Amino acid sequence: MQSTKLLLENTRKDFPILNRLIHQNKPLVYLDNASTTQKPNQVIDAINNYYRNYNANIHRAVYVLAQESTEAYEQVRDKIADFVNIKNRKEIIFVRGTTEAINLVAYAWGRTHVKKDDIIVTTEYEHHSNIVPWQLLVQEKGARLEYIGMDDGGELVLDDLDRLLETGKVKLVTFSLMSNVLGTITDAQRIISKCRKAGALILVDGAQAVPHMKVDIEELDCDFFAFSGHKMLGPTGIGALWVRKSILETMSPFHGGGDMIREVHKYETTWNDLPYKFEAGTPNIADVIGLGAAIDYLKKIGMDNVRDHETELTKYALEKLTNVKGLYIYGTLDMSKRGGVISFNFSDVHPHDVAQIIDEEGIAIRSGHHCAQVLMERLNVAATSRASFSVYNTTSDVDALIRALNKVAEVFKL
Amino acid sequence: MSNADIYHEMIIDYSRNPINYGKIEDHDVTYHDSNPLCGDSIDIDMKIDEDKVTDIKFHGKGCAICMACSSVLTEMVKGKELSEVKSIDKDDILGELGLENLQAVRIKCALLSLKVLKYALYSYLGSHLDSGDADKLKEDAANLY
Repeated sequence: MQSTKLLLENTRKDFPILNRLIHQNKPLVYLDNASTTQKPNQVIDAINNYYRNYNANIHRAVYVLAQESTEAYEQVRDKIADFVNIKNRKEIIFVRGTTEAINLVAYAWGRTHVKKDDIIVTTEYEHHSNIVPWQLLVQEKGARLEYIGMDDGGELVLDDLDRLLETGKVKLVTFSLMSNVLGTITDAQRIISKCRKAGALILVDGAQAVPHMKVDIEELDCDFFAFSGHKMLGPTGIGALWVRKSILETMSPFHGGGDMIREVHKYETTWNDLPYKFEAGTPNIADVIGLGAAIDYLKKIGMDNVRDHETELTKYALEKLTNVKGLYIYGTLDMSKRGGVISFNFSDVHPHDVAQIIDEEGIAIRSGHHCAQVLMERLNVAATSRASFSVYNTTSDVDALIRALNKVAEVFKL
Repeated sequence: MSNADIYHEMIIDYSRNPINYGKIEDHDVTYHDSNPLCGDSIDIDMKIDEDKVTDIKFHGKGCAICMACSSVLTEMVKGKELSEVKSIDKDDILGELGLENLQAVRIKCALLSLKVLKYALYSYLGSHLDSGDADKLKEDAANLY
């Protein structure tokens, strides 16, 4: 597919930040995409255009600006529905990001439905945002939080899930579709079919998957799905939560305030229709519109092309990295089971030192626990270095990383 | 401050071969703290005899900066009177290793062990009623970075 290659090569010019020089004269090599991605002109311009030309609150006023802003905002709900295949647009709630989405579920669903001795199941490779809200919930309810363990290859041990489901007490199983540390793609279908048989509900954290591969929520057949805009070329502070309508209807509100109500009286209130019941207050209109532009951008490239590009790049990087003496890569090397996130440690050099030395070369990677301390404990390390890719990364970025790692080896006399 | 300045011989050596690394089983005081964002984690154990730190050891996980600063700090403290130890401040540590211009994001790596030391002294002095300086120590520790 020559056209795909061309399309992806052309993406770099859409990202103005990639022209930046770091430390005076080093071109930016941005490899922290699992944390947040850079934004193309199309997204920046969409936000800019909103503020410059049709900024107005939505769902209220009748003048032209408000009509335009409301229309632009609601269009993005349709774009999301189309992008991740959701049949009913009213099941999509705008939130600040995946963290808020999961907290919303833990609060508005969990507080109503989780009782004493019930079990919530998460996994050892979750981000803190898919652990802590559940800890808060089970502590309040006298329920239990249990884990699906991970094997040394970075894959989940589904026997743990079987054992837990057998108790008949599992209310919800929650997992990320792609690990933010190891890049492992979770075998969602197997987990979900097991949960369906046992009558447990399923939450899927799509924060790492949605930006990098085709996701079809209808086909997944989960009950809750969350993702963030800023990891998929969109702005910060915006994300979406999808909840199956039959469940959404049983959930109490998350935040009380404007827009989520039907009628407010002195001592009682009736709720607005779905999904507005869960969107209290003036929402992040500008960034919803920015997210819409990010979806358009990714759709134009095509998610299969994005996945192919990142798979090629990750394959290339893994090959190069495995040849660096003293470098240890965590997780599987099987590309069919992983995305473009590579965690590693370099000899006995602390990841912060690695990151700092290669920053001098203009290379941005992440070092630390990646908000996954449970996983760090499982791997028995304090921290890792992590390089992660997006549509604009190229093999020369990988080459720059390898050259910089050689500098680390020099400084630390490896 | 560029890396060439930060990762000089002394830092690399101390991080490779930390001084006073380990535990003191019969310590008089021990304290632990960590930096939540980066995961650096340090414990300090001390033997204190007649207001003098007769022995000090540290252990934990951290980057080269953190390990080097912990080594230097414990060297500075060993054998000193508590009154002197109390007055050690961040410039003493950063100055010793030439890290005066360390970037804001790495300051916490350099000063974690000093924070742990200050809290350790606070918890020790708090149980020895003669000290009115305990609160100041706690305040110093909390405001270090």
